[in-house]
Amino acid sequence: MRYLMLIHQGDMPTPNDPEAWGRLKEDERQRIAADYQAINQTPGVTPGLWMQPPEMATTVRVQDGKTLTTDGPFVSVKEALGGYFVLEADDLDSAIELAARVPAARLGGAVEVRPVVEY
Amino acid sequence: MTLEQVFREEWGRVLAALIGFLGDFDLAEEAAQEAFAVAAERWPREGAPASPRAWLVTTARNRALDRIRRDRTLREKTRLLEATQPTKDDVGLTTIPDERLELVFTCCHPALDLDAQVALTLRTLGGLTTEEIAHAFLVPRETMAKRLVRAKAKIRAAGIPFRVPPPHRLPDRLAAVLAVVYLVFNEGYGGRADLASEAIRLGTALAELMPDEPEVHGLLAVMLLNDARRDARFADGTIVRLAEQDRSRWDQERITAGRRRLDRAIALGGTGPYALQAAIASLHLDEPPDWRQIAALYRELAEVTGSPVVELNRGVAIAEAGDVKDALGLVDALELDEYHYLHAARAELLRRLDRVEEALAAYDRALVLVRSAPERRFLERRRAELVPYG
Repeated sequence: MRYLMLIHQGDMPTPNDPEAWGRLKEDERQRIAADYQAINQTPGVTPGLWMQPPEMATTVRVQDGKTLTTDGPFVSVKEALGGYFVLEADDLDSAIELAARVPAARLGGAVEVRPVVEY
Repeated sequence: MTLEQVFREEWGRVLAALIGFLGDFDLAEEAAQEAFAVAAERWPREGAPASPRAWLVTTARNRALDRIRRDRTLREKTRLLEATQPTKDDVGLTTIPDERLELVFTCCHPALDLDAQVALTLRTLGGLTTEEIAHAFLVPRETMAKRLVRAKAKIRAAGIPFRVPPPHRLPDRLAAVLAVVYLVFNEGYGGRADLASEAIRLGTALAELMPDEPEVHGLLAVMLLNDARRDARFADGTIVRLAEQDRSRWDQERITAGRRRLDRAIALGGTGPYALQAAIASLHLDEPPDWRQIAALYRELAEVTGSPVVELNRGVAIAEAGDVKDALGLVDALELDEYHYLHAARAELLRRLDRVEEALAAYDRALVLVRSAPERRFLERRRAELVPYG
């Protein structure tokens, strides 16, 4: 089964916020980087992309033929996505085990595990 | 056993076996229903087969296989272990593996909403109809039907596995299962006896399936010991407190069974919340109860659960043991202002200390918060008794 693993940063410090990121100890930062690398190298994982911070987003809607844009993400900045990857796993329990290893999950963010539509 | 009883006993096991085999709840349910319908029609005439369970599973399995063969999209959507030939009724399966544990852990998977867990458990393991479950939880039938459909769709779409969790996950997952059963029991505890009995049936099945888990026996003990006093708990539409209950209306068989389960839980080294609650429940049945022991056990339980409600109960036990002032001090420190029992308990304690005005105020606060009619009547009566002295 394939799952999209959607990483929400929430309160987690990221390199995008140099001040918050700088407040983390060096070994913590290294552990975070190592954890993400390990996940990308896990069998079944197709590494995805990291997005620039939610503040850099532009949201587009079309109403009555008019294109409307707003500054920022679709949801609140706190809730917005930071990155994603694809996971091929036997079942939801395996996906949950992996999701729990994503640093964002333990540092104030969350991972949404969404099954992919298969035709 | 009547046919009705056989069906009730066998539904969960048959369904579990089919889900395990077919990998699909809906297909399994339809097939099971068909098989039971045929049995209901045929067995009264021809007599029940030697092995009703094997007959039911075989019949259901064959029907499901037929359907899958005829319906290609179904075939692609269900996982079948291997291509299987239909088996004859009596030759059939000699042993049907009991997959009810797999089923209950699937139904109580944390990826499902608690409401969904409860509904699915009652439907699949309990064999209650959607109608019966809706009625029990006071929601419209349509709401409950949608809840079940959504839950099954989630299991399928998200890939919730049909399996007993691995050892490192088992404690948490088992706690979730027990919480569902206890929830069902508590919904019934206030008067809906059918749900309480259903919870006890589920708890009993769990105890058979997981005989070495102390908390499983603990929960069953709690339910049996509390249910034993069901008939004595209400009189004239009001609550009857423990000390005033007519003990001849206590179900001695349930008490004996409950205490046996408690012994088993303790023998297995159980010190978890259900084992503790069961020990407390058992002690309450003695005449007179050993309140100091009960208070000590509440203290242990409070440490395990961190629950202020447990602390409240500890306060009550301390008062019963004679330390009313200490009890009031404990109770006053709790942050449970929206909980009517807190104010009811305060009222009782203040009353014993002859602080009548304060007791009346506490009853009033409790009456604002109380929801059940029998409890309201009880509080009103207790308050009325104090008024001549206020």
